[in-house]
Amino acid sequence: MYSKKLARLAFGLLAESTFKCPLTRSVSSVRTLCSWTVCLHHRQKNPLSEGLTRLNVRTVSQTTLDPAEVRKFQAMASKWWDLQGEFAALHSMNDLRVPFIRDNLLNVHGILQLGKPLAGLRILDVGCGGGVLSEPLGRLGADVRGIDPVEDSVRTAELHSSYDPDLWERVRYQACTLEELAEEELEGFHAVVASEVVEHLADLDAFASCCQQVLKPGGSLFITTINKTNLSYVFGIVAAEQLLRIVPSGTHDWEKFISPEDLERLLESFGFYVEAIRGMMYNPLTGAWSWQQSTAINYALHAIKRKEEPQPGQVWAESENLDEPGRATNYS
Amino acid sequence: FKIRKECSKQELLRILSSASENQLFDIIISGGGMVGTAMACSLGLDPNLAGKKILLLEAGHKKEMDGVPETYSTRVSSISPGSATLLSLGAWDHIANMRCKPYNKMQVWDACSDALITFDKDNLQDEMAYIVENDVIVAALTKQLQTLSDHVKVQYRTKVVKYTWPRPYHVSESIPWVQVTLANGKTLQTKLLIGADGPNSMVRREAGIPTVKWNYDQSAVVAVLHLSEPTVNNVAWQRFLQTGPIAMLPLSDTESSLVWSTSHQHAEELLQLNEESFVDAINSAFWSNENHSEMVETAGSLFRTTLSVLMPDSGSARQLPPSVAGIGPKSRVMFPLGMGHATEYIRHRVAIIGDAAHRVHPLAGQGANLGFGDVAYLTKVLSQAAFNGKDLGKSMQHLLEFETERQRHNLPMMAAIDLMKRLYSTNAAPMVLLRTFGLQATNALPPLKEQIMAYASK
Repeated sequence: MYSKKLARLAFGLLAESTFKCPLTRSVSSVRTLCSWTVCLHHRQKNPLSEGLTRLNVRTVSQTTLDPAEVRKFQAMASKWWDLQGEFAALHSMNDLRVPFIRDNLLNVHGILQLGKPLAGLRILDVGCGGGVLSEPLGRLGADVRGIDPVEDSVRTAELHSSYDPDLWERVRYQACTLEELAEEELEGFHAVVASEVVEHLADLDAFASCCQQVLKPGGSLFITTINKTNLSYVFGIVAAEQLLRIVPSGTHDWEKFISPEDLERLLESFGFYVEAIRGMMYNPLTGAWSWQQSTAINYALHAIKRKEEPQPGQVWAESENLDEPGRATNYS
Repeated sequence: FKIRKECSKQELLRILSSASENQLFDIIISGGGMVGTAMACSLGLDPNLAGKKILLLEAGHKKEMDGVPETYSTRVSSISPGSATLLSLGAWDHIANMRCKPYNKMQVWDACSDALITFDKDNLQDEMAYIVENDVIVAALTKQLQTLSDHVKVQYRTKVVKYTWPRPYHVSESIPWVQVTLANGKTLQTKLLIGADGPNSMVRREAGIPTVKWNYDQSAVVAVLHLSEPTVNNVAWQRFLQTGPIAMLPLSDTESSLVWSTSHQHAEELLQLNEESFVDAINSAFWSNENHSEMVETAGSLFRTTLSVLMPDSGSARQLPPSVAGIGPKSRVMFPLGMGHATEYIRHRVAIIGDAAHRVHPLAGQGANLGFGDVAYLTKVLSQAAFNGKDLGKSMQHLLEFETERQRHNLPMMAAIDLMKRLYSTNAAPMVLLRTFGLQATNALPPLKEQIMAYASK
């Protein structure tokens, strides 16, 4: 673990001097300049030397987009609304994630209008796919923007929502990446939802940074993803993909899973305060999801963007992770 | 530029569908009887469904009542406390202002023996149920609907000629909603169709939902009775005759409603009788003991003695209903009876409620209550679905929940009613003995009676 931190420190210093960052337009501070080039490294399990080589290859990526993932989802683009198809588990996950998002937003904003509890709120659905989650949020009255880099998925989403006049005004789709959107929509959204997305991204830091840019101060970030544990390997990969075929084989890469602790740490470093983490579990017999105590496999997370812009020196006074003095110097 | 291209495509789609935009409803209820109108009211009052577009289609004309008419109408229903709670969301006040009769006790007895059973709440102070004219219920609900007219619309004198069902999966160029074609040629579209169109439901038939049904060889004769003298009329009476049960339900201190289920032939004869003979027939049906066989009487009284030894407090004295002096003018009507149960209450974007889903014999006074129970549960389920942002007609999970729960409640009740009907349709000594003992035993067990009352009150 300490080797990773050391490497990060080393490359952080290196990156600052050698790399030009395309995110210079961003409002956020110097830490984002180096973090996206460096931080992927913390997910590697391999020793330092191999990590070095890997890092050199990875640093070319300036975006959250992973082309291999895009290709994977392109092939399945037409299947989004087949309720018995590959995405069936995502449809039934709405029973957990829609109330999770709705109730947390209601806690913050209160009910503005009966029958449309989320009226007046702008929500960004990152990696919306076929619009499985965007549509229910739109029906609850929110103004939803769904983005996905896979054009065919966006087309499927648009077609599906085109039949329902209720959704025309409220749900809009765009085939683009989060970075492209972040350029236009600074502090434009009350909430960002990234459900079953972070395990498919190339660069989590860029993602967190962009989320931070597009959210209004005090805005909410909702993430659902898979933990990186032995249990999640057994159930999430072996059982789900190979044995029970709940998701197509190859959908997930265990290396890209992230634990809630790591995700929390990452988000806190970008000015978020993690308000809630809850474990989720899928029952393959009933096809239904349920909440559970343990976050060992799937979990949902709600974070809020802090209202004031934290100064670099102040970040660590506020954070709980005071046992990592090594990180502080990254941001001096 | 990519963004602008997406926008214009959306615009195009919007233009293409704009012609039908005004006619796409969230929920259409087909059938404006008691249950259909109650469903419209219930949906209209639910806070999570505020903003949904709801339409009620009724083939008849609007039933309004400025004041109650002098004479009682012949079709009445026994409204259980559970149904009264549902209706209390507004319509019950109107009903109470118009006309309703609570009753505290029910006596059910056999014509072939002395066995009887009485149901009452502990101290005869609480009401067991209410007798309300069907017209009063519909008028009260219609009045309530008028206050919801901003999002619940009603079209009277509207007949549906055709339903077109959508495919459950997405096919491009096809309309994913249910289409309702009216007699005037207009076509409406809806995300969810609720069929409340009675025992010969067109919705159920067109949806191809298999139904288990049979006709009882019985018709019910209904009339309004004038009692010989005013009395504290708060008891409902039912006697099982050889030909079928005869029931007298209180309407006021001087009037009661008659529901006499009997063979088709006998029913027709009853309708032909002049008023005096008809009244005599009713009185003798309630009072005469000519069908008692000696053996059954002896056996019955032996059993009763045993029970009174085992459980001294149980057992009730047999009371006789008030005698009838006359009938309301032009108030004799008959209608055939049958049993029906739809094996499924739901399909993709369709749900059926009330008599369209289940039809029962009036001997237990439960038909309307089962329908109101459907209304309450379906509203709850749709409310939850809307609060979760679901497409109301497509959320099979919620519709299945409604079907499962209601079938679990309705089927045992229907089976019990059918069983009672068959049990009491015979004169064979063994069956008579069985039902005599059964009735007396049930009467002697207050906990069992309480369970029965609780189940029927839901």
